Amino acid sequence: MSSATIDAAFGPRQFLRAQNRWRWTEIAFWLATLLPFVLTPDYLVLASQIAITGLFALSLDLILGFSGIISLGHAAYFGMGAYTAGLLSVWGWGEPLTGLLAAGVTAGLFGYLTSFIIARFRHLALIMITLGIGLLLQEAANSASFITGGFDGLQGIHTWPILNRFDFDLYGRTAYSYALVVLFLTFLVARRIIHSPFGLSLRGIRENGQRMPAIGAATRAHIRTIYTIAAVMAGIAGALLAQTTETVSLETLGFQRSADVLVMLILGGTGRLYGGPIGAIVYMVARDQFSGLNPQYWYFWIGLLLIAVVMFMPDGILGGLALALRRLTPRRAKD
Amino acid sequence: MQKFLYVAAGLTLAMLGAGPAAAQDTVSIGMINEYSGQFADTGAQIDHGVTLYMKQHGDTVAGKKIVVIRKDTGGIAPDIAKRLSQEAIVRDHADILGGFSLTPNALAAADVSAQAKKFMVVMNAATSAITTKSPYIARTSSTTPQLNCTLGTWAAKHNIKTIYTMVSDYGPGIDAEKWFQKCAKDGGAQIVGSVRFPVANPDFSAFIQAAKDKNPDAIYIWIPGGAQPAAVGKALSERGIDTSKIKILGQDALAAETALKSMGDTALGIITVADYDYNHQSPMNQEFVKAFNDEFHRNPDFFAVGGYDGTHLIYAALQKTGGKADGDSLIAAAKGMSWESPRGPIMIDPQTRDIVQTVYIRRVEKVGNELRNVEIDSVPGVKDPEHEQK
Amino acid sequence: MPPVFGMLFDGIAYGMLLFLMSVGLSVTLGMMNFVNLAHCSFAMLGGYVAVTLMNAFGWPFLLTLPIAFLAAAAASVVLERVFFRRFYNAGELEQCLLTIGIVFVSIAGAAYIYGTDQQPVHLPPYLQGSIVFAGLDFAIYRLFLIGIALVITVVLIATVEATRFGAQVRAAVNNQRMARGLGIDVDRLFAITFALGSGLAGLGGALAIAMLGLDPSFALTYLIYVLIVVSVGGLGSVAGSFVAAMLLGVSDEAGKYYIPAFGSVLIYLVMMVVIMWRPAGLFGRR
Repeated sequence: MSSATIDAAFGPRQFLRAQNRWRWTEIAFWLATLLPFVLTPDYLVLASQIAITGLFALSLDLILGFSGIISLGHAAYFGMGAYTAGLLSVWGWGEPLTGLLAAGVTAGLFGYLTSFIIARFRHLALIMITLGIGLLLQEAANSASFITGGFDGLQGIHTWPILNRFDFDLYGRTAYSYALVVLFLTFLVARRIIHSPFGLSLRGIRENGQRMPAIGAATRAHIRTIYTIAAVMAGIAGALLAQTTETVSLETLGFQRSADVLVMLILGGTGRLYGGPIGAIVYMVARDQFSGLNPQYWYFWIGLLLIAVVMFMPDGILGGLALALRRLTPRRAKD
Repeated sequence: MQKFLYVAAGLTLAMLGAGPAAAQDTVSIGMINEYSGQFADTGAQIDHGVTLYMKQHGDTVAGKKIVVIRKDTGGIAPDIAKRLSQEAIVRDHADILGGFSLTPNALAAADVSAQAKKFMVVMNAATSAITTKSPYIARTSSTTPQLNCTLGTWAAKHNIKTIYTMVSDYGPGIDAEKWFQKCAKDGGAQIVGSVRFPVANPDFSAFIQAAKDKNPDAIYIWIPGGAQPAAVGKALSERGIDTSKIKILGQDALAAETALKSMGDTALGIITVADYDYNHQSPMNQEFVKAFNDEFHRNPDFFAVGGYDGTHLIYAALQKTGGKADGDSLIAAAKGMSWESPRGPIMIDPQTRDIVQTVYIRRVEKVGNELRNVEIDSVPGVKDPEHEQK
Repeated sequence: MPPVFGMLFDGIAYGMLLFLMSVGLSVTLGMMNFVNLAHCSFAMLGGYVAVTLMNAFGWPFLLTLPIAFLAAAAASVVLERVFFRRFYNAGELEQCLLTIGIVFVSIAGAAYIYGTDQQPVHLPPYLQGSIVFAGLDFAIYRLFLIGIALVITVVLIATVEATRFGAQVRAAVNNQRMARGLGIDVDRLFAITFALGSGLAGLGGALAIAMLGLDPSFALTYLIYVLIVVSVGGLGSVAGSFVAAMLLGVSDEAGKYYIPAFGSVLIYLVMMVVIMWRPAGLFGRR
């Protein structure tokens, strides 16, 4: 066989193409996201917020799960996107799709600028720097209350109907459809990025960042790129929240939000693309149900859930499921 | 992956079964409150007020059974508050929204109240603008301008000529600063300095020292409840502030019960403005305090009375409409309603739907062996000055 | 004396408190790389134990302090045996999730048992008020705090530098595998160090009530500051934690006094500057 045909049969392109094929589990997942319209029409507002958080968690996965950057301040970009979309609306332009774009661009720009600092550090230093950026941004937003509305939050946001036809209703039908479509499209982009040579190099950086330059990978540039992309996605998620709820407040940038999304991602399983959305679904549904049953002490049950998951499913829920699947079908090749 | 699908199906089926069916003869109140997190205590006290009222007056009004559905926002989370309000109305068929300690959450829910045309009773949040966000909102707590302007005017009238103000640097604090300063200046006093401290500030020594350096007649301090009042007390004592020489002025939270317990005798002489204190000497209040203690083993505070009076408003409005629970009927019934509350006489202003009440000036004094807020002055029928301004 | 000395004094006292609460985390993180985000839950436990003893049993404040230490240490031993031990070799993310779960449970537990309001503390009269010296007021409680913390610091540093146990701790922090290879029982060492560190956090929590207040959200609120102290000081270093806590305490006070509009921001700026200059912390090794 000639080298060209060997390459075609076993080479890196074939590997990536194989990775990129859609598995039936993925198709089932996306079909399942349509279920709430039919099965639980009263829960669509919650579903829209889960979709938004899932998107936010996905953006964190790009930098955490695939590139090994642990961030405690990712909400900075989420909040930036939220405030951008919110402010545009307050200043008179409430069109949602362009608002999303503007939010993505602004958050992406901020992400790009901060990525220069981020790319230089690792381990605890990196974590604390991301934390610091988030905290500083929150303080700045509080001080600039004449723009951000401060503690009370941004008032006067009114989102125009999407494509001039779909108005936001009390039941959340439009909100969920909108959030779901944006989540799916952004997911496709993320998926394409991960299953590309660039995506592979990110995983290399995650596994052994010090060795990567030895094979000619431009580590810092790659990190800056993925960090910017993740910031854009987080910004889009933030804008979705601002547009569908017509509220924006300081906590969209806050530590609590950064910490929550990190917990959700770890819960779902990092580095698996679906870990973010799955983690968001499980965490937020659990929280909603526990909180409904026991508004004062639901923390307790969530805490137990987290402990249980980490004890019995290291590597998150998807990790646990993958392990179970592998045990049931041993002759299948590793994912 | 099969496991996941089963789990997902199971969860959705469980959720299907979770919503209660609303009978024609029930009126549901969706209580959107903070039951967990940093603000859990205020949520708990408001809830106690509601529970006590319902216990004392039964759960049936005008032939309808009153059902309370509790939802936790977890803290400052307007997106969650909005969603919970929507869900209360859509999923649980609530007719009335109640609760709301935090302004951002109240503002977000106001949109839902306006869109769904549902009666909404704000039981604690104190920002003036809230009642303007929906024509179906009535408030039974107090507003920041209402309390702080009264204090400013009172201070200027009582020989306090120079004042140094310090407030927490966020919405309510800035609001309080604005109205206190305005009314004090209108009364002839002079503001010799002011500072805004960071919200989560645990330590006030530096700020108290800076104030002391200016040697004013009084220092005005505005902080939210929680850990801060005790910390302020400590700073006052550590910096050697003599309250007979420099008066300390503040709003209710500064002299709250737990704060006084922690501050000890250093709190003597602190003057605060409030709409309610458990020491208020009226037969109705004494009964209220006793009943509250019997049920919850602690004293009521202004959060509790906001919840108590809020529930009264709902009951009285329903009585007046004969059980009709739509927003238009209830708000029409609520406008102009007045009654005797444990705090004193109160009324819902027919124009602004906001609360009109007697505002008390109190001073911390030793009563027996304990520190209490003793009323030294009161101003009846105070309306919210911000609404009046427009 | 110019007021700046008053600010320094207050800042140092605040720093001492942060030190007590953080030193345990610094050493255990440095030694075993175990991310224990539940560290402040031990501080909170110490606080609640002290409050219970004072308010329900009428114990004098000073006597509650050693019990707070022991209670937190005991709780940490139990948790270490039951949970943490299984995760020494797990990734940091799993450790995060586990310990955050424990924090949530502890917060809900505290709310359930003690309620959500602030816990009042009655300091004995000899710890209240202040001494006037050279025109400035020095709070007696802060003097007490500084005193206790200094004594503990000296004992800790002496232990770490001059005892065999301390030498083993230093070896395990420096290179765990090598230490094991030399026959040091690192697991037992870690259990003891962990108990000590958590006990100190409990003591810090008890001492903090009078300065910072105590309610169920304590476990999360102060976690950020503890993390800042630990990362600025450098993992595994007692001296590092001390210096970092001093630096941060003083910056916080100075910020609040001189530029109150940005007061709380100074502590974050200082942290970022130090970490960008020395990513391993001031006294860190890696």
